[in-house]
Amino acid sequence: MLQSLSPLVRRVPVWTVYVLGLAPGVWVWYAAFNNKLGADPLAALEHETGIWALRFLIAALAVTPLLRLLKLNLIKFRRAFGLLGFYYALMHLVAWVWLDRGLLWSAIWAEIIKRPYITIGMAAFAVLVPLAVTSNNLAVRRIQAATWKRIHWWAYPATLLGAVHFILVVKRWPPEPMIYLGIVVALLAWRAWKPVKMRLAKPA
Amino acid sequence: MLIRNAGQIRSSEITPKSVYLNRRHFMAGSVAALSMGSAGVASAAKLDLVPSAFSTDEALTPKEAATTYNNFYEFGTRKEDPANRSSEFTTTPWSVKIDGLVDRPADYALEDLMSPHQLEERIYRLRCVEGWSMVIPWAGVSLSKILELAGPQSGAKYVAFETVVRPDEMPGQRGFGQALDWPYVEGLRLDEAMHPLTLMANGMYGEELPNQNGAPLRLVVPWKYGFKSIKSIVRITLTEKEPPTTWNIANPREYGFYSNVNPQVDHPRWSQATERPIGGGLGAGRKDTLMFNGYADEVASLYAGMDLKVNY
Repeated sequence: MLQSLSPLVRRVPVWTVYVLGLAPGVWVWYAAFNNKLGADPLAALEHETGIWALRFLIAALAVTPLLRLLKLNLIKFRRAFGLLGFYYALMHLVAWVWLDRGLLWSAIWAEIIKRPYITIGMAAFAVLVPLAVTSNNLAVRRIQAATWKRIHWWAYPATLLGAVHFILVVKRWPPEPMIYLGIVVALLAWRAWKPVKMRLAKPA
Repeated sequence: MLIRNAGQIRSSEITPKSVYLNRRHFMAGSVAALSMGSAGVASAAKLDLVPSAFSTDEALTPKEAATTYNNFYEFGTRKEDPANRSSEFTTTPWSVKIDGLVDRPADYALEDLMSPHQLEERIYRLRCVEGWSMVIPWAGVSLSKILELAGPQSGAKYVAFETVVRPDEMPGQRGFGQALDWPYVEGLRLDEAMHPLTLMANGMYGEELPNQNGAPLRLVVPWKYGFKSIKSIVRITLTEKEPPTTWNIANPREYGFYSNVNPQVDHPRWSQATERPIGGGLGAGRKDTLMFNGYADEVASLYAGMDLKVNY
């Protein structure tokens, strides 16, 4: 369907995805420290870094369905999407630990244990760490393909935890976190349904 | 050259002396109004206020922050929505129906409720249940003075409040995915309502309330979480039974009828021990939340013998 875009995709170097992808992060940190984020710059910084983490993680998970369903091949950008998601999750964590909680480690630890939304957010980040560490050519060469795939399957639960974390910090059910959760659930459902379909399609 | 004599100058063209004497301030205000766009155009008249002994001497939250960072879900759930989406809201004429267990139930014009009293400036701390806080100079009168106009009857135990419903003017009240059931309703026990700290505000920062802050008339209960301080009030009903309240209906486990500020009783999902002052920029950090938001000396006796963990 979107095959016509493929020559364009081929010509875009991966580094442009990193540069463009990090631009909102650079802007939001600059804006936060220069009083350009409104009345509550910390909340805005936490929100923006968190939402960009979720967007890039979703983008990484969407690469395969986009290829299968729309014939749009973005595979060469998938690692960049995933790593950008991790970088924003890291910025989000730094904003909270440093600017929100003032590096008071015992209080931070207590919050992680006591507050489910923080426990879930931390779990999502912890799951992303081994994925990020193995997202380089050396790791891909060193680690067996099956093992590498098994490690990176964890992108699904990590993204789901991120979307749940988003819902748990808001009051009521505003549309934005619901939409993100809906997209993640749809991607998970597609992933779960695909192997079933392939098995059904195989001749007995 | 035409030199007009005084007789040709209409009185409406004459700059009021107060504006002339404060022309630097006026100019600064005009520049601010222009740069603020729609939020600034609605700049209101100065109110005639006397200071109050209830005021805190803490530094005020910048007006810009207090008028652009609001929870007023009738205009949308984002903090900037009330300032950005309330320009269609009309507040004149305005009347408040006072009914239930009162001697003189009626629709009271806003002027009739407020003009019999000398307006006071009350600088109160405001603590939101979400964990942030402000210090705001309100203008208004004690709610008790307004209730006295209607004459509460001896059977009255509670006061119920109701916000206006106007989907045409309030974008949060129309369309898909509305955040709450309308009208927004709140309530106080009668002794809480009659407490002198409980304020009916028609202004802030020396001027009439902007739409996004609950114009033209709102409640301010400084020792309770902000959502108790209901905005744009159109009805006050004195009742015998505890009235339903919007956030309690929406999530009874998380929001109780009392909702007193209490650092020892956490929200089920987050701590209430500390708060982030708004308007101080990124370096403002956190400060400890005080029991009854720092008004314990005035109001703690209202809750003597009550388990505040149960009556949250």
